[in-house]
Amino acid sequence: MHTKFFFLAALCCVATTAFATPNIQYWKSASGAKVLFVENHDIPMLDVSVAIPAGSSFDAADKSGVASLTHHLLDLGAEDLSEDDIARGMADIGAQFGGGFDQDRASMSLRTLSSAAQRDKALDIMARVLQRPLFSEAILAREKARVIAALKEAETKPESIADKVFHKALFGTHPYALPLSGEIASVEKITTQDLRDFYAARYRAGSAVVAIMGDVTRPQAEIIAQQLTEKLSSSAVSAALSEVAMTIPASEQRIAHPASQSHILIGAPGMARNDPDYFALYVGNHILGGGGFVSRLMHEVREKRGLAYSVYSYFMPSKQPGPFQIGLQTKKEQADEALQLVRDTLAGYIANGPTGKELTAAKQNIVGGFPLRIDSNRKILDYLGIIGFYDLPLTYLDDFTRKVEQVTVAQVRDAFKRRINPQAMATVIVGAPQASADKNGAAK
Amino acid sequence: MRAYLFCTALLLSGFQVAAQAEVFERTLANGLKVIVKEDHRAPVIVQQIWYKAGSMDEPAGATGIAHVLEHLMFKGTHTVPAGEFSKRIAAAGGRENAFTSYDYTAYFQQLHKSKLPLAMKLEADRMRNLNLTAADFAKEIKVVMEERRLRTDDEAHALLYEKMMATTYQQHPYQHPIIGWMNDLESLAVDDAKAWYTRWYAPNNATLIIAGDVKAKEVFALAQRHYGVIPRRALAPQRKFIEPKQVGIKRMVVKAPAELPHLVMSYHAPTLINPEQDWKPYALQILAGVLDGNESARLNKHLVREQQVASGAGAGYDATSRGPSLFTLEATPSEGKTVSDVETALRREIAQLVKEGVSEEELQRVKAQVVAGEVYKRDSLFYQAMQIGQMESIGLSHRAIQVMLEKLQTVTAEQVRQAAEEFLQDDSLTVAVLDPQPLSGKPKMPKGAAHAH
Repeated sequence: MHTKFFFLAALCCVATTAFATPNIQYWKSASGAKVLFVENHDIPMLDVSVAIPAGSSFDAADKSGVASLTHHLLDLGAEDLSEDDIARGMADIGAQFGGGFDQDRASMSLRTLSSAAQRDKALDIMARVLQRPLFSEAILAREKARVIAALKEAETKPESIADKVFHKALFGTHPYALPLSGEIASVEKITTQDLRDFYAARYRAGSAVVAIMGDVTRPQAEIIAQQLTEKLSSSAVSAALSEVAMTIPASEQRIAHPASQSHILIGAPGMARNDPDYFALYVGNHILGGGGFVSRLMHEVREKRGLAYSVYSYFMPSKQPGPFQIGLQTKKEQADEALQLVRDTLAGYIANGPTGKELTAAKQNIVGGFPLRIDSNRKILDYLGIIGFYDLPLTYLDDFTRKVEQVTVAQVRDAFKRRINPQAMATVIVGAPQASADKNGAAK
Repeated sequence: MRAYLFCTALLLSGFQVAAQAEVFERTLANGLKVIVKEDHRAPVIVQQIWYKAGSMDEPAGATGIAHVLEHLMFKGTHTVPAGEFSKRIAAAGGRENAFTSYDYTAYFQQLHKSKLPLAMKLEADRMRNLNLTAADFAKEIKVVMEERRLRTDDEAHALLYEKMMATTYQQHPYQHPIIGWMNDLESLAVDDAKAWYTRWYAPNNATLIIAGDVKAKEVFALAQRHYGVIPRRALAPQRKFIEPKQVGIKRMVVKAPAELPHLVMSYHAPTLINPEQDWKPYALQILAGVLDGNESARLNKHLVREQQVASGAGAGYDATSRGPSLFTLEATPSEGKTVSDVETALRREIAQLVKEGVSEEELQRVKAQVVAGEVYKRDSLFYQAMQIGQMESIGLSHRAIQVMLEKLQTVTAEQVRQAAEEFLQDDSLTVAVLDPQPLSGKPKMPKGAAHAH
């Protein structure tokens, strides 16, 4: 029997380059939450995540840090459970409870064994954490002190300094410029009332996305999704953000730092998650600086000249266009040389686009590597979260390789030309070469 | 597409039983050990080749050469020109990289299962045909120096760790950083790389791990075809080191640009030698779990949440390595507290452990996490292969993985207490402190509580 299956499989593989994708089930829970579910019983475990549009871009500028602290305090005390009860409760059954937080999303995620005893206990805790957080005064005071300590520490790190200045240069007064966990001065002022208000305003079932992956049935998944969101206010709340200004003035900020290397960031506002240019820019960036050892930037900066250990470029796709960012670190004495090389490489790429050969190689890598993107429950859960949160089509994974295949050299060149202007980009150099660092903070 | 889906469904049902991952092994005539972990959940494979040579095997004055050679392995061979290895793996849809540790050096690719022959062909080729040139070396050593600057020189905590290891070990080569001292990197030459490659890169000094949607029999045949032709080589013996017993506490300070001070306490600790009979390494593993295995573990609960003396605290212990191990405790003082405050708090935890031991509840909690972790592990092909490679490369069989799990479940509360008492002793302790320096280089104004001792 086995030989026959192998024979069939071999035939099919030759017939098409498409790869099997998980069967995504979608529904709306009675609570109003969107649910995405993939049933899989290979491993007796369950992964669940709940995402809410409550990231740092929903902070008011003078209350920067509220969104992050609201998310952070969720599992530090909830209805009838102390922070220690929550931590012990999860640990006792070997469950892993975590979360994610970025400019768009605040999420909680759970991994648990799927047998009823463990699963039910873990979900009960998660449900209370999400829907009945306490936001205690004493815990907020303690956690604020920890956040402030971390922010102070970050202010000494070249990569953190560069990141903060870079976001400010790209997004100005747009909330995408706000630091994820706030500013020292704004965090100091945050009260439990701020957290309660933010929670009440943002944590709504109608805007929640529940992703479920693993060893439960559809009826069980329906109960789980409802259990995790039914006590949230059902109405959705507008998650619309002001638009990112896509054109920025050229700027260059050089900031002194005692580190032996300069940390260099170059960029501009890039693309949104559901951008019409998404695939052209994604594939194009793979060639420029996203494709690991074989990208153009890697070749020029590292392989040919040994100027850096790491050099990359990426688009951060989010609700509104996130950064297009090039980054590298190189010893101070050669920072200007490396910077010029990166600028020349970028300018050349935008002027001429990729070669046909480069495009073919990129497609081979992305399409051929597609099975690696969905080869574990963890990865599939992450895709479910993204598809649900960013309203991507449920066929996103089925369409992915075809859309990559369809990208042409002309489309890449055109998209980069329209979207990235080398004459209108922000450059930040932290740990700038000594002579030039005297221009500290001055824009050029 | 639809047709393919149909086939997959058939395949899955056919393999329901085999999905319970099985491990097969065979040693080729040239000494290469091949281990296959079948896992048919997705049509992908990982290839890892592990060489039993790490930074601890480096000759004096050539620290960093193991890692430099790892970089050079991505340059050309006599038939595959420089840069081609990565290009061919990329064109096959693959992801690849490598890593060097104190104990071993390993290379890996993750690919669709149909690309295994390509990956084997390329990996076997660079096992014996590497073309090391002075020009490639000159460029790559600069990359490695940038890596050192990025990861160690400009990273206060990494610098603290590097200098602590240099203090903790008096003779054992773990005293040297894996990436190498900068002045050694500056003096290395292509001949050092050639000597290293010739000495260690042989089939009889390597373990090949293939995990994923494969049949072991077919993998063995493929391995024989690609690797089997590489001749066995006489290996110079690895030198054995016995770290002289530490006979009194060591204290050290590292100054580096940072905001927050940090304290690390490292105690010499044993590693697992005989998985069936040893008990102390298991007890220390459980101990690390009791202290730092979850959010409600003692260090976070007591130091961070209740006493608020630290803004972060942790414990660590690795039972499996070729050389000796350390049991480490660390903490960052919270605002207004000092490193001496957190040291006192950590010492109070140790004293309490030694006096009162751990509760049955704490013990069961850590064990429950171990059991669950074994199930979660099955979600990562890479990690499963990694665990096998690690065990084989340090001289324990992959079969020890199962033994260790069973033995961990037998650890008693009293054993944990005894292990704490035996190993958390001042005479084998190194206390390392990060003294944060302002970015401007000017001395920091004293604030808050005084910096004691």
